[in-house]
Amino acid sequence: MRDHLVPIVMGLVAVGLFFAFPYDLAFLTRVLVTIVLVLSVDLVLGYAGIPTLGQAAMFGTGAYAAGLFAIHVWGDPLAGLVVGAVAGAAIALVSGLVLMRTRGLTVIMLTIAVAAILHEIANRARDLTGGADGLRGIRMQPVLGLWEFDFIGRTGYWYALVVVIVVYVGLSILTRSSFGLGLRGIHDSPERMRAIGAPVYWRLVTAYTIGGGIAGIAGALNAQITQLVSLEGFAFSLSAEALIMLILGGTGRLVGAVIGVALFMTVHHFAAANDPFNWLFVIGAMVLVVVFFLPQGIISLPGILLRHLRGGRDADRA
Amino acid sequence: MQTGLEVRGLSKNFGGLVVSEDISFDLPSGARKALIGPNGAGKSTFANLVTGILRPSSGTIRFDGSDIGHLDEAARVRLGIAKTFQVTTLFRRLTVRENLRLGIIERERRGFGLFRRADRDAAQEAEIDGLLSDFEMTDLADVPVENLAYGQQRLVELALTLSLKPRVLLLDEPAAGVPSSEVHLISDAIARLPEDLAVLIIEHDMDLVFRVATSIVVLVQGRILVEGTPAEVAADARVRELYLGGGHG
Ligand SMILES: Nc1ncnc2c1ncn2[C@@H]1O[C@H](COP(=O)(O)OP(=O)(O)O)[C@@H](O)[C@H]1O
Ligand SMILES: [Mg+2]
Repeated sequence: MRDHLVPIVMGLVAVGLFFAFPYDLAFLTRVLVTIVLVLSVDLVLGYAGIPTLGQAAMFGTGAYAAGLFAIHVWGDPLAGLVVGAVAGAAIALVSGLVLMRTRGLTVIMLTIAVAAILHEIANRARDLTGGADGLRGIRMQPVLGLWEFDFIGRTGYWYALVVVIVVYVGLSILTRSSFGLGLRGIHDSPERMRAIGAPVYWRLVTAYTIGGGIAGIAGALNAQITQLVSLEGFAFSLSAEALIMLILGGTGRLVGAVIGVALFMTVHHFAAANDPFNWLFVIGAMVLVVVFFLPQGIISLPGILLRHLRGGRDADRA
Repeated sequence: MQTGLEVRGLSKNFGGLVVSEDISFDLPSGARKALIGPNGAGKSTFANLVTGILRPSSGTIRFDGSDIGHLDEAARVRLGIAKTFQVTTLFRRLTVRENLRLGIIERERRGFGLFRRADRDAAQEAEIDGLLSDFEMTDLADVPVENLAYGQQRLVELALTLSLKPRVLLLDEPAAGVPSSEVHLISDAIARLPEDLAVLIIEHDMDLVFRVATSIVVLVQGRILVEGTPAEVAADARVRELYLGGGHG
């Protein structure tokens, strides 16, 4: 039960937000979709220690795959999610077979390159993808044949919430498993992992593939709910923002991804509304504060405060 | 067929620097050998060649009669050839318990288990408890390794390697950095090892060497100078010269 405290709280908060902000569902849904994407970055970067600035490659692939699937094959949302996951995982697997042979900066550069190449392919293949105009004409069938996607975005919101929670629970099982412990081991010392007999390369390829599948789900979810796929799905800024959100919240813990996204997007939402030109300064300042004062992310704040309080009390007693 | 390690004509050079030269060496199962020699003699390099961290320039390495030269490091570990590192190499942010847990998980080939919680295996946790008490670290089980004193990290280094239950064990200066009051934990642990295990210990602490080894190999400038019983080696004029200093008075 304690294991699943976070998804339960997350669900309750989401229900509360639904009733508190009934006119902001589009924004709240975007937050949920982004959480799925950032969770995938957390698995890849936070747990396995694979430096990536190209998670958009799998997000965009999942989005186009789900969009095309809905248009040409079947409008069922869950089937579309599966297609998005498989497509994202496939791209991650194929690129991962090369990427995981390299290290450090090279990995970062290659992850950026993969996303850039896919961006260009999607741009050129106008007949299939709609190019810069985006992929239009996505019509989704009701979720499970029961819930029609509505104008206000209620169905989309609940649908995204369920997907987020399922992904979160899945990842918390994965990260607590032997495989998950091994990823943390690789993050700390690939040398030692090899020296205890672990096939480090295949572990990393597997982690990258799973992360790709989850990013693909995020992309598919976005395509289905917005009924639009654009080249933005492959944009470098998407990968970079996902990374910033994760660092804000705290890497290597799933709840860090959730908190980072919520914080970043909320600040963005309000700061951009107040001052469309300077909101980036707010984000920038936030990132600086976190990087310098809370290198473990916002999630480390309660622990640090607690320690200070205790320390203070001990000092009083002394 | 011979069981254990069989090294023939092993050489390694880094560019122009010859670090191992034509080393032939047997480590049959049950052996307790020590590899000694001055700093820079090529002892660690030899261990790295055997475990596959480094590739030899020439020569062969056989294990239980078959050539393992083509196998990568992890594959050799899975065959049962394990080593400790001279420079402590651990999962620093994981706790002592988690370090040992990983060793057992990999030994049992459960590292791709995606669903079951890593810490929910009674036999595995009991085995960890055993290792912890062997090294008097029960109290430190849940401390991240990076927060341990260096000497304690050295003990985790050995415990982690033992958690693999290897058949060939290479120890690269296990006692270096361990307070002398705790060195006995290392020799005790070696004494408890299964008899058929093959052990090669690289060590400068001669007390430890004499306590552990029944045979000593002296390596100088990448070549084996002499191999023999501790008494033979101690009596060898060249070794005495080496260890009693270059100054001939
Ligand atoms: N990767 C490397 N590249 C170049 N030279 C190396 C490398 N590793 C070790 N050496 C050199 O090889 C020699 C033997 O080193 P090493 O095997 O660590 O000796 P020992 O363990 O006996 O002290 C040293 O001169 C060292 O500088
Ligand atoms: Mg050495």
